[in-house]
Amino acid sequence: MKPARFSYIRAESLDEALEVLRYEGNDARIIAGGQSLMPMLNMRLARPKTLIDIMRLPGLGRIDRQSENVTVGAGVRQAALLAWPELAQTLPLAALALPWTGHVQTRSRGTVCGSIAHADPSAELPLVICALGGEVHLRSARRRRRVSAKDFFTGMMSTCRADDELVEAVAFPYTEKRCAFREVARRHGDFAIVACAAVATREGVRLAIGGVADMPVARDFPRLEGSALDDALNAFAYDLDARDDVHATARYRRDLVRTIGADLVREVLQ
Amino acid sequence: MSRLSADQRHAVRFTLNGKPCSGQAEPRMLLTDFLRHQIGATGTHVGCEHGVCGACTVDIDGVPARACLTLAVQVEGCAVRTVEGIAPAPDRLGILQAAFKRHHALQCGFCTAGILMSLDTFLRENPKANEQSIRDLLTGHLCRCTGYAPILRAAMEAAAEMADRGAEEKSDA
Repeated sequence: MKPARFSYIRAESLDEALEVLRYEGNDARIIAGGQSLMPMLNMRLARPKTLIDIMRLPGLGRIDRQSENVTVGAGVRQAALLAWPELAQTLPLAALALPWTGHVQTRSRGTVCGSIAHADPSAELPLVICALGGEVHLRSARRRRRVSAKDFFTGMMSTCRADDELVEAVAFPYTEKRCAFREVARRHGDFAIVACAAVATREGVRLAIGGVADMPVARDFPRLEGSALDDALNAFAYDLDARDDVHATARYRRDLVRTIGADLVREVLQ
Repeated sequence: MSRLSADQRHAVRFTLNGKPCSGQAEPRMLLTDFLRHQIGATGTHVGCEHGVCGACTVDIDGVPARACLTLAVQVEGCAVRTVEGIAPAPDRLGILQAAFKRHHALQCGFCTAGILMSLDTFLRENPKANEQSIRDLLTGHLCRCTGYAPILRAAMEAAAEMADRGAEEKSDA
């Protein structure tokens, strides 16, 4: 299908983009790489009156390594983050998950911030920022604020972003800790039936699951083994409130959470 | 600030296969439709129109991209390459095309233009591509005829041929 009509603004400054958002609010949408938004436009699931293209703005394409985290600007494409030489050292979980994010042909255009702003519950980057306890930097003409990943996602493709705000950057906490990632999908690069990320913590392990609930969900576990681990993962799988859909049954999804979850916990804690 | 109004057509200019190209597009016009209907370059195929099948893959500024997930107005000033630009001359096949022909890497041909463009951009950047990376690249395309095995064989052979040619060019220099 083809998109419904919209006007198109090629923003020349961030202030200009923010002004348009201030006046048009929910009628305007930011487009960066377009790999999440364009399918929604083509299928007319989204019908904005105005598109604001931010990809030609200077300064949004930066990856900054700071003392405690790595900040990725709104213009950074997924391929650029994957090719960043310091990725494996600073964000090993992102290095594991990014090759599962879409395909070479979509990572070349799609942005890191765009995928997180889109908030698809099966997508890998929202899962990664959730597992690492990262932050989303929101900006509007009136204010700037930083929201934790946990509070940013509010449901199926919905976030706490106000209509006049845009995602200016996302911050992933810098970590050298042990981590692991695994995903089950019908085809490599498709949306996950279940995606699972695990990060070692001081007390044990944090497990984050995508593709099951209406948003990525993380839970901290102490060091557990054997039946205690099985019971804890079973409780987590049921708490995610899996649903049947055309891709998989709820029961299969719970089974994947238990099986992959146990594998990753062992992998991270060994 | 330049606002392109929704109900008018606007001039779009970019480079198509090395030559200047221009036409008129509403903001909502996809690059696929612009290429096919405004320019008449029908080599780029339209399959799913939501980025899944890969038939419309083109090269935008040196990277493979879905033309169906790109607005024509977004490529203003960019360098776009399509399957029409792959052959060295109208009566000669490019290295990839010749390998596809030898290995029967196409039957109906619907997916072929997109796969050629993915491989072409990828092998330019990665002349020593291994089988795993080509398999990974091909996950971005759907082919319902070949079962992919002949496509993989053709791609591997073309990659080796391109690497040999690259080595020769370097030794000549």
